[in-house]
Amino acid sequence: MTLLDQFRLWLASIWPEWAAYVTPAIVGIVVVLAFVLTMVIVFIYFERRLLGRFQIRLGPNRLGPEGIFQPIATALKVLLKEDIVPAKADKVVHWLAPVIVFVPILLIFAVVPLHEGAIFADLNVGIVYVVAISSLSAVGIYSAGWASSNKYALIAALRTVAQMVSYELPVVLSILGVVLMVGSLSMNEIVDSQSIPFILLQPLGFIIFFLGTVAEMNRCPFDLLEADSEIVAGYHTEYSGMKFAMFYLGEYGHALAYSSIIATLFLGGWQGPLLPPIIWFLIKVVAVFFVIVWMRSTLPRLRVDQLMAFAWKALLPMAVINLFIVAVEVLWLPEALPWIMVVVNFAFAGVLILLWSKLFVPGGGRVEV
Amino acid sequence: MAIRTEPFILNMGPQHPSTHGVFRMRVTLDGEVVVDVEPVVGYLHRGIEKLAETRTYTQNIPFTDRLDYLASMTNNLAYVLAVEKLAGIEVPERAEYLRIVIAEMMRISSHLMAVGFFLNDLGAMMTPVLYMWREREKLLDLFEMVCGQRLTYNYMRIGGVSHDIPEEFLPALKRFVAEMPGFLDEYDQLLAQNEIVLARSKGVGVLPEDTAINIAASGPVLRASGVKWDVRRADPYSIYDRFDFDIPVGSAGDCYDRYWVRVQEMRQSVRILEQAIPQLPAGEVCAEVPQLLRPPVGEVYGRIEAPKGELGFYLVSDNSIAPYRFRIRPPTLINLTALRDMVIGWKVADLIITFGSIDVCLGEIDR
Repeated sequence: MTLLDQFRLWLASIWPEWAAYVTPAIVGIVVVLAFVLTMVIVFIYFERRLLGRFQIRLGPNRLGPEGIFQPIATALKVLLKEDIVPAKADKVVHWLAPVIVFVPILLIFAVVPLHEGAIFADLNVGIVYVVAISSLSAVGIYSAGWASSNKYALIAALRTVAQMVSYELPVVLSILGVVLMVGSLSMNEIVDSQSIPFILLQPLGFIIFFLGTVAEMNRCPFDLLEADSEIVAGYHTEYSGMKFAMFYLGEYGHALAYSSIIATLFLGGWQGPLLPPIIWFLIKVVAVFFVIVWMRSTLPRLRVDQLMAFAWKALLPMAVINLFIVAVEVLWLPEALPWIMVVVNFAFAGVLILLWSKLFVPGGGRVEV
Repeated sequence: MAIRTEPFILNMGPQHPSTHGVFRMRVTLDGEVVVDVEPVVGYLHRGIEKLAETRTYTQNIPFTDRLDYLASMTNNLAYVLAVEKLAGIEVPERAEYLRIVIAEMMRISSHLMAVGFFLNDLGAMMTPVLYMWREREKLLDLFEMVCGQRLTYNYMRIGGVSHDIPEEFLPALKRFVAEMPGFLDEYDQLLAQNEIVLARSKGVGVLPEDTAINIAASGPVLRASGVKWDVRRADPYSIYDRFDFDIPVGSAGDCYDRYWVRVQEMRQSVRILEQAIPQLPAGEVCAEVPQLLRPPVGEVYGRIEAPKGELGFYLVSDNSIAPYRFRIRPPTLINLTALRDMVIGWKVADLIITFGSIDVCLGEIDR
């Protein structure tokens, strides 16, 4: 019974049935939208300040105390900019692409439990819904690159398809490990069953899922779609004004969405002692995002063939092995003490990663032309 | 049925984040693979060589600042050495030492930029560049103490240097020299063994030894290919024969070696500075040279080891106050001619880092 359901039952006792049905939905949508947009603004500020710290500079600190109004100033600037559409662009697709990128991110939050019972729709296939919806962004990015009629954007668009499709597989396989252990696809039950966070029970699955999602949200070292030193700004080279802002928000929205999913699947969601659940959830989300920013400010970028090799030759086999190990453990040792499984799985993860670091050769070299 | 594909032409530059200025490449791509590269230069042409024929020898020094603007004072040095050779001018001892100290500081400063932006081309956001800038800022502060400028110094003069150093210069320089090896170790820790850096730059953009010699490459690009050739040793100028330093040499001639050679050269420059500071003699900093210098009729080629390679000035004098012919041998333009051979068959991303590892400066290429 989610909070919204309780709200609906209470409303049904005093209001007509249709109003009791519609009102909680609207309230839920407003709450989710407010949460996402506020957190995105917070993330933008957080990343800028953090990057400043990593790069031994200050970061934005002029506008308001410690520069907290800087994201708002940025938003205003972007809104007031002229919206330029290239003459040879496919106008309709060019207009539609930012929407296709941004909307799925909002939709993901429908199944993310923010608090005990605070979930917009407790779907029994919650995690499958997340996987399905998050893949839609690839369509938006591809159409953005295609419609811009710009060669840099086109290269980025083609990279998008390759990258998104490749990294979807290890991500889904590592989710399967979690699902096997829980025995349900519902996000609520995934959180409920984590008396020990799954990061301890399935360290390998966590690493694969984390790297896969970093690739899916186009963050360093997998940010080939907007590799600024190679293809200028990638798929949004030809975007400006509000449409660019949609991509920009979409990028951070993606980061927020995946941080939330990682926190839910592997870090125990809103569970935690002493503090209120929503605070625990936010702490975990911000911690995941911190690691993502840390990687972004530290690591160089992979090349496109190395990126694909990493997905197909390293992450995918490891994800399959991880799934196999989890399946064996769930099938044969359901009564085993979790702490024994923690030790065993950490040992497996260590051995596998060591093995792959020795065996894995990233990508080819020169091509004869 | 095979899908019919065809290569397409991409204009990279003159406005592009990693063309290090206004360089333009007409790249023919087959998907991600580079099929052909045609460098297009000349967007920064200012006609310095022709202009210099209408100015006096001293007035030409500021022009040299605008060549490789990341190593202005080594350009000054190359030019004044050529003029001194032409006119037969003796330079005071203190000025020689100051010139070497400044030239080696300039080399560190230029290599810091080269290494930082090479990592930037690899995609490491701005972090390495900003770390390198931390050190470069200290050098720029030192240069500002010496001559009041931070980019175009115009410090060297025919017969010496323009000012003596202020008192606070040497203690600050000693502090920098003491700190710098620690920072270089820090960079090595962060970068030299980074898996992604190795995967991206090892074996990429190889310049074989014989090709390097054939195109007359010089500087770190040549040495990374395994040729132990440095003008400071091969044709010693100024007082370089008094110092003890090694010439780091790479083996594979790939992007990683070019990066590695630069880092090692910074260490060697620190070594030269360590030796030069205690030996610094007292005395004059500039010889008596007439304002309107009229060198005897003749021609001269003076060359030095600039941070980016052999920088030469070819001057012809007709005994007037202006050079009859003023010709620059820009190291990076000549190193750049190898670009096409180095990147054919590699990916777009490799093209960018190979170009970055040559470390060009467009001010010098277009002149």
